[in-house]
Amino acid sequence: MIKLTIDNRTVEVEKGTTIYHAAKKLDIDIPTLCYMNLGDLKIEHKPGGCRVCVVEVEGRRNLAPACATECFEGMVVQTHSIRVLNARKTVLELILSDHPFDCLICAKSGNCDLQDMAIKMGVRSIPYQGEKSTYKPDFSPAIIRDMDKCIMCRRCETMCNDFQTVGVLSGVNRGFEAVVAPAFERDLDHSECTYCGQCVAVCPTGALTEVDHTTQLIRDLADPAKKMVVQTAPAVRAALGEAFEMEPGSLVTGKMVAALRRLGFDYVFDTDFAADLTIMEEGTELLDRLTRFLDGDKKVKLPMLTSCCPGWVNFFEYHFPDMRDIPSTARSPQQMFGSIAKSYFADQINTKREDMVVVSVMPCVAKKYECTREEFSVNGNPDVDYSISTRELAMLIKRSNMDFNRLPEEDFDQPMGESTGAAVIFGTTGGVIEAAVRSAYEIHTGKTLKKIDFEQLRGIDGIRSASVDFDGIEINIGIAHGLGHARKLLEDIKAGRSDYHAIEIMACPGGCVGGGGQPLHHGNPAIIKARQKAIYREDAGKPIRKSHENPAIIKLYEDFLGKPMSEKAHHLLHTHYFDKKQKDVLLD
Amino acid sequence: MTSIKLKLKESEVQQLREVAKSFNNAPGELINVLHRAQEIFGYLPAEVQEVVAQELNVSVAKVYGVVTFYSFFTMLPRGRYPISVCTGTACYVRGAEKVLDEFKRILKVPVGETTADGKFSITCLRCVGACGLAPVVMVGDKTYGRVTTDGVKDILKEYEEAE
Repeated sequence: MIKLTIDNRTVEVEKGTTIYHAAKKLDIDIPTLCYMNLGDLKIEHKPGGCRVCVVEVEGRRNLAPACATECFEGMVVQTHSIRVLNARKTVLELILSDHPFDCLICAKSGNCDLQDMAIKMGVRSIPYQGEKSTYKPDFSPAIIRDMDKCIMCRRCETMCNDFQTVGVLSGVNRGFEAVVAPAFERDLDHSECTYCGQCVAVCPTGALTEVDHTTQLIRDLADPAKKMVVQTAPAVRAALGEAFEMEPGSLVTGKMVAALRRLGFDYVFDTDFAADLTIMEEGTELLDRLTRFLDGDKKVKLPMLTSCCPGWVNFFEYHFPDMRDIPSTARSPQQMFGSIAKSYFADQINTKREDMVVVSVMPCVAKKYECTREEFSVNGNPDVDYSISTRELAMLIKRSNMDFNRLPEEDFDQPMGESTGAAVIFGTTGGVIEAAVRSAYEIHTGKTLKKIDFEQLRGIDGIRSASVDFDGIEINIGIAHGLGHARKLLEDIKAGRSDYHAIEIMACPGGCVGGGGQPLHHGNPAIIKARQKAIYREDAGKPIRKSHENPAIIKLYEDFLGKPMSEKAHHLLHTHYFDKKQKDVLLD
Repeated sequence: MTSIKLKLKESEVQQLREVAKSFNNAPGELINVLHRAQEIFGYLPAEVQEVVAQELNVSVAKVYGVVTFYSFFTMLPRGRYPISVCTGTACYVRGAEKVLDEFKRILKVPVGETTADGKFSITCLRCVGACGLAPVVMVGDKTYGRVTTDGVKDILKEYEEAE
């Protein structure tokens, strides 16, 4: 242990502790801007680049960045001496001197770390005048880059390179010209970007934001000729409340439904319905592959990988295209929903698909890209017209003068609002595979599960594994969240080191609860864990907790699809993948 | 940074692979590998960077980041007579900028680019250790000291006559 003094108070810390963390022990909150620490998710970013966290260390000539300076025995630190306060303010003024002053109309306004810091430091003028960065904005189908607002904290690079191992973003050029950009400064659309949106989730300013579909939605809602259908992803209900000052982990399912109805949607449905449908298709596919494997079929591809997450799908299409026959062919719940809404449900309400607008509310930005994929449209009409994030929904609710906290709790419409507990847990890492196991076990063995909760599949570690006893057959299950962790599992499969039968992969930390479209966690991982708990709470409270027991799903198969993996199901609910490595990214 | 498009020959790709291999394909050797690659090709087009990235198992974005950070690396082919004007402190205070402007004016290309006939390219460098001769200009390996704006056309003439 090391003893040191911070602001005239003594504290004891372990060797290797930084001044920032030592100060935390004394409840001294040294301001930071570029620093980010996502605790249990094992992501720490401390480039010491912004210099906002500087402190005075006795005997040291220059000021030290608290986030990146280790404590030593007998160290004497001042965190708010006049020299520190002046330096900190100067640093911030210099950062602001190359920042556009369009806070009033910035997408991040009110939710911006840089703005918060300017308020905290009491900046009232920018004494430094001079040239400002001008960089061409980049509009991709999911993410917008406005590098004029970049403060070079480089958190996005840590997420893109270290956590996701996608490697699209890097600091390029030098000095005043320096910018974070893809290789050869191409657009994201011409890079290997998976649109996971984790760069957006950690960007402290408005440099990285999602494509905004709210204007189009307001216009469509006002058009009486259009039948407006909305679906909400499982993880949205566990996070939306945060945008209305509720505690992280508050469940707002009923209020969210009420809000969507008041916004003017004709049918408020649930992506959870489609998640149950996914289990029917994906679970059947898994059982089919397993049965063939156990019967000695050497050609069968195992482990089967889940395919719900569009960031993950993009990832293997770019980085492991030769393995694209391993993931399940089941479409994601968002796309299954769109496909059924514009066929089965369209028939029920006697409406042409062209007159319907299917909108999804997603914790995700990659979903925006997913619904633009050509294979998910019929004669140019997309199954899901567009997707809005949890953040965009919160903004719309505020704009529409609703007091969200006082809204009544309402139920989803039927039939596509019916869902089970198995569908809800799609929102967290481990949930899809648990839902699949619940159904696959019962369908395979013909027995009823004694215990529905598979605790061994839950948790927050990046890579987890567990075995489930299928009546004498051990089924080995792998779970990864974060594409860097997924990469490890894929490399094991490639090298023949993997004995998993099924693997669930989610691109974002914690799964969809930590998605790139969720209310910003501002570097607090406890928020993601609270949402995860809420998801399991919602599951536990559901009367039906197994997908194959969802009465609306049973009816859908009886009336329309036949059985899982039928020809019709294949046509509407399954897909195929592409080798994107060969895509000529030089076309710009 | 502007770049030009080209297709590498299989033999060139193989050459790059061998360079990477001679550095044990270690990501930490990126700068050394890029140095060798630039010696071979004269510059570092996107296609070369892509092969280097693949061989060293680093992202192309990172390679591009390094190439654009160090002024020594270039993504454009240099002229047959690469002109380097020193803009270090000593040369700068003794009129390097005016000399540079004169080169740009006569050759009609900006810094970092090459004349259409492929003959001359202009770059800036920082200090060649000949501050006593400031301002200094290098053309290829040849050094010119105490260059004046009037002297620029004489230097160019030397190389125009050489062809």
